[in-house]
Amino acid sequence: MKILVCISQVPDTSTKIILKDNDTAINSQGTTWVINPYDEWYALIRALELKEAGTATDVHLITVGKADVEPVIRKALALGGDEAVRIDAESNDPYQTAHYIAEYAKSAGYDLVLCGKESIDYNNGTAGTMLAELLDVDYIGFATNIQIDGTTATVKREIEGGEETDTCSLPVVISCQKGVAEARIPNMRGIMAARTRPLKVLAPTAVDAVTAILSYELPPAKAGIKLVSPDDMDALVELLHNEAKVI
Amino acid sequence: MSVLVLVEHTEGNVKKKSFEAVQYAAGIAKAQGTSVTALVLGTVADAEMAALGQYGAQKVLHVTDARLNELHARAYASAVIAAAQKDGSKVIITLHDINGRAVTPRVAVKLKAGLVAGALSYPDTAKGFVIKKAVFSGKAFAYLNITSDIKVVMLMPNTFQLQQADGSATIEKLDVTFGDKDFGVKVKEVNKVKGEVPLSEAELVVSGGRGMKGPENWGLIEDLAKELGAATACSRPVADAHWRPHHEHVGQTGGTIRPNLYIAVGISGAIQHLAGVNGSKTIVVINKDPEAPFFKAGNYGVIGDAMEILPRLTAAVKKFKESHK
Ligand SMILES: Cc1cc2nc3c(=O)[nH]c(=O)nc-3n(C[C@H](O)[C@H](O)[C@H](O)COP(=O)(O)OP(=O)(O)OC[C@H]3O[C@@H](n4cnc5c(N)ncnc54)[C@H](O)[C@@H]3O)c2cc1C
Ligand SMILES: Nc1ncnc2c1ncn2[C@@H]1O[C@H](COP(=O)(O)O)[C@@H](O)[C@H]1O
Repeated sequence: MKILVCISQVPDTSTKIILKDNDTAINSQGTTWVINPYDEWYALIRALELKEAGTATDVHLITVGKADVEPVIRKALALGGDEAVRIDAESNDPYQTAHYIAEYAKSAGYDLVLCGKESIDYNNGTAGTMLAELLDVDYIGFATNIQIDGTTATVKREIEGGEETDTCSLPVVISCQKGVAEARIPNMRGIMAARTRPLKVLAPTAVDAVTAILSYELPPAKAGIKLVSPDDMDALVELLHNEAKVI
Repeated sequence: MSVLVLVEHTEGNVKKKSFEAVQYAAGIAKAQGTSVTALVLGTVADAEMAALGQYGAQKVLHVTDARLNELHARAYASAVIAAAQKDGSKVIITLHDINGRAVTPRVAVKLKAGLVAGALSYPDTAKGFVIKKAVFSGKAFAYLNITSDIKVVMLMPNTFQLQQADGSATIEKLDVTFGDKDFGVKVKEVNKVKGEVPLSEAELVVSGGRGMKGPENWGLIEDLAKELGAATACSRPVADAHWRPHHEHVGQTGGTIRPNLYIAVGISGAIQHLAGVNGSKTIVVINKDPEAPFFKAGNYGVIGDAMEILPRLTAAVKKFKESHK
């Protein structure tokens, strides 16, 4: 069984967002880039667990990005994975990104494609579903547990106010979140080995974007908190009713 | 040319956020001089569907196939395409939630249409079809222009207040021919808390963190929630320690919510927690540490011991409710 893991590079959560060029771009100077946490902690680690268990034969990683994402994909390879592919394109259009990944995935033939539940930069959570549609396969989102038995996937996934267990035949695209895998950190051996693991760079198959980001805006500064005495909860209720008008 | 809305329901009851989606569609339809068609899948009573008219739907297309009572994302997408074709829809509205994310991107790909996931505004058509959405976990907003002919928009729940008016939608059956692939994913088991307002739809939320010390103290959170008619949530360590079920966990790795009121009790306010709640309209912070970062993100703060403050607040809410009956 061959697994493809989709890895995206995102700014670390603690990054302060600073705008530039008349608010049409993000100033990324000083940004710490990391692997999207869902891709790293859940999708990638689950793929590695499946390989270690003998269920998977190959674990390949893919990322869409320009050369500046290479340190992050190398970091992913240090956790594990047999080889990585970088589609040499910059895209903020989810359809375009999914299309680039799908074109590669079709040519290589994977039984299981794992991605994160969303990337923490644009918070879309749509790339995996688009990819499944482009590959004409099933998709299960928000997985919390993934088991593979032969050509069948059994997946626990989050639903509103609970959990559900689904099954489907491979190939399938699954988006991963907490629960899917045990935490682990890269070790020195992995980091050394990652240097010799192949990282292929491929040109994207052209497709037009269908969305464009015109500008950004920062949220207005909070007016500052109003403190209420812990002995006077009637005052808080009064404020919530008359001032905030929420109760 | 109608604006098409995909409606979600729980066992035949239309979800509140779907009324929001219909109302949002009505706003767009009005600006475009067209009408709203709501697409309902599975078993829903006629009266419930007609009520979509109260939020601006003129017509309901109903696919009665009972298999659609469960989420079958590919079948749902096929139905949306069939409805969009029938009505010649150029704008399709769904929700930015778990189901919406399983269905909508498929629709967008099939139609080669641009998609905005998590819309926070009506489209600004002066410069194209420009919609605001939150990015970087609420630390910024982006203005996205959909450049394709057909536009697909996933509305963020709890973004617009509902305003009910008179109106009744006409109901028309829609036949959709499904293929085997449409039902490839089989649902084996469902574990769901019944009868509660889903957290993502709750207008009022009381949330507890590690400062609550242990599950034995959650009665204090629940009492306040009950008095307010609020849903309960928690921080990640609380769910990790199994003090509360996983689906209550909010934040970057949990749910994203935008209630009118979020009461954070014994939660420090880490950036990863704020990522899931910073869209809340009003935030109350109860924490014994005046230096807790959450105080910087809140509207109202109470410094003190939650174990003492919660019963007082619950009593104050009770008193208020009784005097405002
Ligand atoms: C990648 C990543 C993702 C994460 N995702 C999430 C996420 O989705 N959601 C999330 O919540 N966290 C998440 N975290 C964890 C986050 O960083 C914090 O560790 C977590 O939110 C802290 O939870 P807490 O506020 O309940 O606990 P603590 O930080 O321990 O805070 C407890 C608070 O309670 C107060 N307190 C103690 N006793 C009392 C009392 N008697 N009365 C009143 N107040 C009291 C304390 O002053 C303190 O402020 C994530 C972390 C990482 C690295
Ligand atoms: N540029 C990218 N390269 C590779 N995978 C990506 C990229 N963007 C998104 N993904 C994958 O798609 C998932 C969902 O992302 P998104 O739809 O952008 O929120 C991520 O968790 C990744 O697994």
